[in-house]
Amino acid sequence: MDTREPVIVIEDLCKTFGNNVVLDHFNLTLYRGENLVVLGKSGSGKSVLIKCIIGLLRPDSGRIEVLGENVPDLNYHDLDLLRAKVGFLFQSNALYDSMTVRENLEFPLRRHWLQVEQKEVDMMVMEVLEHVGLAHTVDMMPAELSGGMRKRIALARTLILKPAIMLYDEPTTGLDPITGMEIIELIKQVQQQYQTSALVISHDMVLAETASERIAMLIEGKCYATGPYAELKTSTDPKIQAFFI
Amino acid sequence: MARFTARFFREAFHPRYEFSELIRQCFIIGYKSLSLVGLTAFIMGLVLTMQLRPSMVRYGVEAEIPAMVGISIIREIGPIITALIFAGKIGSSIGAELGSMRVTEQIDAMEVSGTNPFKYLVVTRTVAATLMLPVLVILADAIALYGSYLGVNIYEILSFKLFYTLVIDNLGYYDVIPAIIKTFFFGFAVGIVGCFKGYYSSKGTEGVGRSANSAVVMASVFIFILDLLAVQITELVWNL
Repeated sequence: MDTREPVIVIEDLCKTFGNNVVLDHFNLTLYRGENLVVLGKSGSGKSVLIKCIIGLLRPDSGRIEVLGENVPDLNYHDLDLLRAKVGFLFQSNALYDSMTVRENLEFPLRRHWLQVEQKEVDMMVMEVLEHVGLAHTVDMMPAELSGGMRKRIALARTLILKPAIMLYDEPTTGLDPITGMEIIELIKQVQQQYQTSALVISHDMVLAETASERIAMLIEGKCYATGPYAELKTSTDPKIQAFFI
Repeated sequence: MARFTARFFREAFHPRYEFSELIRQCFIIGYKSLSLVGLTAFIMGLVLTMQLRPSMVRYGVEAEIPAMVGISIIREIGPIITALIFAGKIGSSIGAELGSMRVTEQIDAMEVSGTNPFKYLVVTRTVAATLMLPVLVILADAIALYGSYLGVNIYEILSFKLFYTLVIDNLGYYDVIPAIIKTFFFGFAVGIVGCFKGYYSSKGTEGVGRSANSAVVMASVFIFILDLLAVQITELVWNL
């Protein structure tokens, strides 16, 4: 019996768009303190999965239990409270163009913690920016930053609320290999420093190898296989092997 | 669109209220449109006067120019031209801004950050457009009348005081009140259409361009339809 504490439990998750079945009785568990990478081809439904977990998309059926609460059953208020404990790094970073880096970082803080004082806010902003190594960008606009810097700022924005779970949607996509590696290192650092559990959606095998304790393979809408990188790499199943070629 | 509008009313009257964002939007939508609206209003008043003059002189009623220009501007030309310029500037900017926020997942990020994006983006912008257009129309009317005064003075000497007396004496509540009331509806149409087009934008940058464009077209058509309805309703109410 597995004694680890689950933080995300997905059972029989189904999601379709018209006649297109994206998730078909998908099952997955993320345990506390674990870094889990969900691998899948482009268009396999990885982003749909992560958006169902955070409540941005409503599943057709199935359970998505996050920190003990079933996301599809939550009302708007309870979903907000839960989202404060879950950080979400968007594939496109989703930094607010019209706001400075400081305002981008303050935004979730002000929205979730209404009573927080400006002095405390400033301190938290600088602390998280120093952690991602970009304290000097505090008054810059997102348009003035490089792709890698934007990714780091977006990560800082999610970390400012000190989430228990981190969801990463294709964190290395669109970055050069060196910057990609820096982001992978940052993901590992975040897990150690903030004691978070992380679910990473990707098709990057370098990321899967270096940043995961376990891999889940999303094939034809199902969780086809799970296990450590080394174990899956030696599998003789052609569908699994296709990822390692 | 109807469902979107119904949602606007549902969200607008329920807390949490986004007052600081509303004030910021009023500044952006109202104050930053002032120069464009002012310039076009001035030219509108001047040109209208210069175009009217030959016909009025032919019939020997050039003394009625201030009254005629005043009624035309206050009742119809001021509100409709200002609303169309407003639709071009604000409708397209709201459509493009929200559209680009949609395709770059900023709206989703807002939702994840504990913010209702509909309240924060749609309600504030629509309310700001609804409140700011009447203010802009009143200012535009005043500037257009000043343009008209200068237009009259190109050909003859007429004091400012006399010009305004001639304008005001020929205006009644029937001219002013319905003209102001309808601008609230024009502003609402521009705001809600811009937000609707942007909020449901898709297909990347091409979709953003299309949202901005169709926001202007649709808002302009709505303005004319609302104007037609406003004239009919005003006639009906005033004849009761």
